[in-house]
Amino acid sequence: MNRQAQAVLLFLVGGAMVFAGVTDLSLRYVKAGLRPLLLVAGVVLAGAALATVWYELRATREREHHPHPEPRTSWLLVLPLFALILLAPPALDSYSAMRDGTALPPPVGLPALPAADPLRLTVVDYADRAVYDHGRSLGDRPVEITGFVGFDHDGTVYLIRMLLNCCAADARPVKVGLTGQIPPVLRPDSWLEITGTYTVRQTKDPVNNATIPFIEVKEAKPVPAPAEPYESLG
Amino acid sequence: MTTAKADPTGVEQGDADDRRGWHFNSLLVLTLLLLLGFQLQGPIRQALSAPAMQNWMTVFVAVVVQALPFLVFGVLLSALLAVFVPASFFARALPKRPALAVPVAGLAGVVLPGCECASVPVAGALVRRGVTPAAALAFLLSAPAINPIVLTATAVAFPGDPEMVLARFAASLLVACVMGWLWHRLGRPGWLRPPAHPSFEGAGRGAAFWGSVRHDVMHAGGFLVVGAMAAATLKAVVPAGWLHTAAGNPVVSVLTLGILAVLLSICSEADAFVAASLSQFSLTARLAFLVVGPMIDLKLFGMQAATFGRGFAMRFAPVTFALAVLTSALAGTVLL
Repeated sequence: MNRQAQAVLLFLVGGAMVFAGVTDLSLRYVKAGLRPLLLVAGVVLAGAALATVWYELRATREREHHPHPEPRTSWLLVLPLFALILLAPPALDSYSAMRDGTALPPPVGLPALPAADPLRLTVVDYADRAVYDHGRSLGDRPVEITGFVGFDHDGTVYLIRMLLNCCAADARPVKVGLTGQIPPVLRPDSWLEITGTYTVRQTKDPVNNATIPFIEVKEAKPVPAPAEPYESLG
Repeated sequence: MTTAKADPTGVEQGDADDRRGWHFNSLLVLTLLLLLGFQLQGPIRQALSAPAMQNWMTVFVAVVVQALPFLVFGVLLSALLAVFVPASFFARALPKRPALAVPVAGLAGVVLPGCECASVPVAGALVRRGVTPAAALAFLLSAPAINPIVLTATAVAFPGDPEMVLARFAASLLVACVMGWLWHRLGRPGWLRPPAHPSFEGAGRGAAFWGSVRHDVMHAGGFLVVGAMAAATLKAVVPAGWLHTAAGNPVVSVLTLGILAVLLSICSEADAFVAASLSQFSLTARLAFLVVGPMIDLKLFGMQAATFGRGFAMRFAPVTFALAVLTSALAGTVLL
């Protein structure tokens, strides 16, 4: 690949990084905290591309430059560019969530809950309080959690949220079983806002034998997928 | 210094384009490729619409997007070292005897606040600046595992087991130093064949700086893509049920998580959280995951091959893996 082509590719990759960082596109793949880094990296890559063009122009004017070849593997940088800009794959969905066992991290501490009604919780927070605190801090209070739908082989319905630490490669599902007034027709991957209460019912994830708590559904409202599809622990 | 010798075969391969009768214009090919991709995006999207393919692509894009900023950071740092820090600085900063320089360089890894994608180009720059390869390699292995960001992440991920942080630090530093000493004793300079790096002698500092950035990103970036594809494939193919079976046996579990760390190629700043979630495994097995991952994984292997030559990576990677697994088992037994 000659230097002109390298400059074009670098500029496009840098531009794609900036685009992903400015829009919500990057939230499908990495945690929100990486956004500033994406922007900086994109600007540096675009800057390297412009600098390459600038020094190429000057070099050809002054003296013939000895071409320094780059390995053919550089061409592979076209692939993430295509994947990110043209295809923009969706955030991880129920397909990968149901292949993986629920991975509920033990809570670091369970702070007192605010007096809101209904109480808005993340899926992780609800599952933590249900499994590790046996619902003591929840009682009969109505809680509201949002996630997408996934089905087990035996037809159990789960509300799932993927938990992210850095990027989608380390994402793991946190599952909460649904019981009570479940809507009669549900499609996998549709997003729901569930209002319900704690129930003692639990089950074991067939994949890794980890505990999955349930929620007694009072109301289930279809909602559009949120801009930030993953939950993360701070 | 023996390592800066140009690799003649690499140069010939790349130059072949210009020597052939027809002129292979890579800018033209790239433009055509981009246009073709744009025109065919409908059919391509349809062909890749299966959920397994979609998830494969999500993980692939995620690994690349997540690693690129750290690669760029490392590349910038390496360009700064190459252009603005005189070679004499390293000669003064490190002890003369390689046997002493190795642990000093290993400990110096504490100051590189990044993950393994950043340490490869920096180590490459150190070698080119005349640092003993043994010391540069110790730095390469230790930096991604023992810097404050990674150790903090480990402490946060294992709130109930603070000794995990100590075990990770000690085991990683030990492996890095032993690998450095091994290289000093047994390594042959001929194995370390960095592909020809452009020398910017005579060019201005700006040209040298940006030239180094462009060169390193193009070299390591391609291999990062290969590693990301491999990691996405394994995440899509390996059923999680296998892990559950492996967790029962103490020896098998240490080996399994060591291999898993190689295959998954997770950034060292995030791997502690993944290790924490593999709760069916013993702490020692999870320590192996944390020690092996930052030192050798699929994308790192590609980037090491790009920076130090394929012959080097083929020898260095298996030894690093074996030593890291053994040391983790040992450190786990003593400390955890």
